[in-house]
Amino acid sequence: MKDQGKYRPLSYYQLMEVTLRELLVEKGLLTEEELRREVAEMTARTPERGARVVSRAWVDPSFKKNLLQDGTKACEQLGLEIPALKLVVVENTPQVHNAIVCTLCSCYPRVLLGLPPEWYKSRNYRSRMVREPRAVLAEFGLNVDQGIQIRVHDSTADMRYLVLPMRPAGTEGWSEERLAALVSRDCMIGVAVPRAPRP
Amino acid sequence: MVPARFKAGDRVKVLKAFPIGHIRTPFYIRGQVGEVERLCGAFPNPEELAQMRDGLPAQPLYRVRFLQREVWPDYQGSPRDVVEIEIFQHWLEAA
Repeated sequence: MKDQGKYRPLSYYQLMEVTLRELLVEKGLLTEEELRREVAEMTARTPERGARVVSRAWVDPSFKKNLLQDGTKACEQLGLEIPALKLVVVENTPQVHNAIVCTLCSCYPRVLLGLPPEWYKSRNYRSRMVREPRAVLAEFGLNVDQGIQIRVHDSTADMRYLVLPMRPAGTEGWSEERLAALVSRDCMIGVAVPRAPRP
Repeated sequence: MVPARFKAGDRVKVLKAFPIGHIRTPFYIRGQVGEVERLCGAFPNPEELAQMRDGLPAQPLYRVRFLQREVWPDYQGSPRDVVEIEIFQHWLEAA
């Protein structure tokens, strides 16, 4: 970067953030330490959490049943707290492919997937995923057969969604850890599907 | 909490209304008819919360399933493709 280290004035929103933060601390509603901890926790959440949920569902049919019935409760069984939110897990089958979007803003299961990727928040993805999901998925390299129903989930209110992808063939007998490594963030948003490495 | 008026499988129509303020019902689905997939529970009304009020009594929230070819007349995908959206009860009427 050419202008690295040069002074740049704060943008409108950066200035607003600093002002609000300093006021909250000054008024004793929050401490710097609490803020630091929250930011650390936010960045520590990664899609590996979601992958753990998926791989457990692949190996444990009763866990899977609970997960599809009540995602929040099932995750709590795994020690993953989902505060104040209801998690809905939607299952891919040979007949149905699910994908997640938030057309109004960028609601995302952060607790299980961490911070959303930039494209998830883009106007392009948010508007086109409901309007022409097959074209969008194809741009991600995922061509869904016309015989398979696509279910797009627009998370407009209090639910958060996670896609439970299909377990790839050829992974019989794999350990949970090995299976989890196949489950990427994009598979749990529904813009990709997990594939077993070629033998 | 407002009692739930619909159950899974019911046909519902989204109001074609355009109030100002913080609305969680996307424009593209207003006026459309779909089927209740499930009742999600009851949640404080976000339109009220946005006005710094308590949003109570809590409003039943549904996941409603719509056929894409009905939402978008020129839809290109499979005729079975659907979009599912969370909609609060006060935005729904029986269809």
